Amino acid sequence: MDNSYLIKTDELVKIFPMGKSKITALNHVNLQFKKAEFSGLVGPSGSGKTTLLNIVGSLDSPTEGSATVMGRKIEDLSHKQGAELRNRHIGFIFQTFNLLPVYTVFENVEFPLLLLGLSAQERKKKVMKALEWVQLADRVKSKPAQLSGGESQRVAIARAVVKEPKIILADEPTANLDAENSHNILRTLEKINRELETTFIFATHDEKVIRYLRRKITLIDGKVARDEVFENPVGKGEGQ
Amino acid sequence: MIKFILKGILRDRSRSLFPVLVVAIGVFLTVLFYSYMGGVMTSFLDTSAKFDTGHLKIMSRAYAENSDQMPNDLAYIGVERLMNELKKDFPGYVWTKRIRFGGLLDVPDDSGETRAQGPVAGLALDLFTPDSLEWKLLGIKDSIVQGNAPEKPGEILISDEFAKRLGISPGETVTLIGSTMYGSMAAANFTVAGTVHFGITALDRGAVVADVTDIQMALDMEDAAGEILGFFDNFVYREEEAGLAALKFNVKYEGEKDEFSPVMMSLHEQGGMIDMMGMINLYLPVLVIVFVIIMSIVLWNAGLIGSLRRYGEIGVRLAMGESKGHLYRSTIIESIFLGVIGTVIGTALALVIAFWLQEKGFNISQMMQSSTLLMNDVIRAKVTPMSFVIGFIPGLLSNVFGSSIAGIGIYKRKTAQLMKELEV
Ligand SMILES: Nc1ncnc2c1ncn2[C@@H]1O[C@H](COP(=O)(O)OP(=O)(O)OP(=O)(O)O)[C@@H](O)[C@H]1O
Ligand SMILES: [Mg+2]
Repeated sequence: MDNSYLIKTDELVKIFPMGKSKITALNHVNLQFKKAEFSGLVGPSGSGKTTLLNIVGSLDSPTEGSATVMGRKIEDLSHKQGAELRNRHIGFIFQTFNLLPVYTVFENVEFPLLLLGLSAQERKKKVMKALEWVQLADRVKSKPAQLSGGESQRVAIARAVVKEPKIILADEPTANLDAENSHNILRTLEKINRELETTFIFATHDEKVIRYLRRKITLIDGKVARDEVFENPVGKGEGQ
Repeated sequence: MIKFILKGILRDRSRSLFPVLVVAIGVFLTVLFYSYMGGVMTSFLDTSAKFDTGHLKIMSRAYAENSDQMPNDLAYIGVERLMNELKKDFPGYVWTKRIRFGGLLDVPDDSGETRAQGPVAGLALDLFTPDSLEWKLLGIKDSIVQGNAPEKPGEILISDEFAKRLGISPGETVTLIGSTMYGSMAAANFTVAGTVHFGITALDRGAVVADVTDIQMALDMEDAAGEILGFFDNFVYREEEAGLAALKFNVKYEGEKDEFSPVMMSLHEQGGMIDMMGMINLYLPVLVIVFVIIMSIVLWNAGLIGSLRRYGEIGVRLAMGESKGHLYRSTIIESIFLGVIGTVIGTALALVIAFWLQEKGFNISQMMQSSTLLMNDVIRAKVTPMSFVIGFIPGLLSNVFGSSIAGIGIYKRKTAQLMKELEV
């Protein structure tokens, strides 16, 4: 196994039982992702994008084959080891932001650090740094309900990057945002990708997102149909 | 992390309110019931001690065996000598002799014919010795309804209820018909000085209170008395000490061994007291357990609804790398906090009412119509240190229990499923 890959799947199969029949969500997927990739899974609805992200994020396990993330085989991890892997190395960004409504912006971003057991001082430093990344340092005391959609998603990004994970998985991060906010967020994510060398995997239908990608993997019926690399993505520098 | 949980509880009122409310109500009922039972017990013991058992009671062996029949033919003879010995041997106590007797009270009209007649339960006690403790003990002066307290031999008190029923008023002469210690018929005239109401239904139905010397004469019981009661000189009953005193006395008089030799019994050794206390000690835990079960079921359901509402939060926390065990523990910690808050509120409310009941009392004479218990009609709660802590048993147990079962759902559900629900 080549250790330069952060993520590697081997003949990955995921089958969901559906009553008497079965749905093959992933059908022998072989993919590798290196450090600092800015890549995306595209494809029609139901093609298996979310399923693949969930397995890579150790939220779900393969039916067959193997997925290796940061040198650990997902199929062999206990629930606790999976949580540990997510906690240390993986950040998630969702379509629906999923901020914790009763907590402030600061506390939402701080939460992953609480799980890591960092001191209050360290937490504060890291949270402020993450909020500066997304230009929300002045909103620490706000509650999610007081934020716009774009701001909410930026808080969610801060929450994902605050522990400086090796990998960020973003499932339709712009689906609930308008064009301007989408570009804004993508530029932020790209900056994080460049400066922290974080590996990004998106799952998206959104053309705006796709134009930023340096690697586009097209899934169709759970299979990798195309795997394209763009040295100079079209989206780069757009909308500035 | 604890701080994080606390913030969540305090800010999300809609989530916290229901469990706190349920716990508070259950705890409220438990604490109130506990304090109420404490009051009932105390009042019951207190009344029993004053009117019947004393803290210690001395009877002849034979009398003790049939004491509920007031067998004055078996009364102890040699009371004065024995009381002198008691004073010497048991300095921390005060002693008083009593005779309980049954009989008929006959009210004659002007021509001496019977106008009215009724059975009475008589209590003869020391009314005329200057330092007699009976006045204070039974609160006789405060209990007088009509007329006056007896001032000289030959004067008695009868219960007000009885007086009304038989149409007797103070100043009238009545005849007590009973039997002497030796079994022959006795009749003696008394003047009704006044009527009393003790507030104890069992007594107020047909009581006659007379001086013990008068009754000794009337019933031919010279230097004899059915019972000698002893009280701690500060009137606070101490179970163990009383037991030891009884033991000491009984060892001393063991040698006499005939059926007229005296025996001493402490309050809790007499007439079903042990059963009564045992019953109460049994009821309380049963009640607490019932509350725990009911509240647990309610809180379990509340917890289920709560965690349904919080699927989003649960999913995100799992995605962020929190383990299910950690998440589960944090729900338990949360439930402990909510349990404590609810318990404190419930206990505080219950104590307010219990204190009020303790001070003001609550009249239950309506419910006591057919009672034969020597129990005061006014029920008072009793607030003890235990009242402050007992609520934590149902309060904490039920909430922790309820959310523990509700939280099992977190374990049962696949992480991916939780994430799926998150995306809707
Ligand atoms: N938990 C599940 N149980 C049953 N079937 C599932 C489950 N999760 C996904 N599937 C099925 O697996 C297939 C792939 O689903 P997936 O969510 O990965 O698609 P997707 O590419 O993310 O689609 P979209 O673009 O709509 O988000 C679909 O047919 C879906 O119905
Ligand atoms: Mg999807």
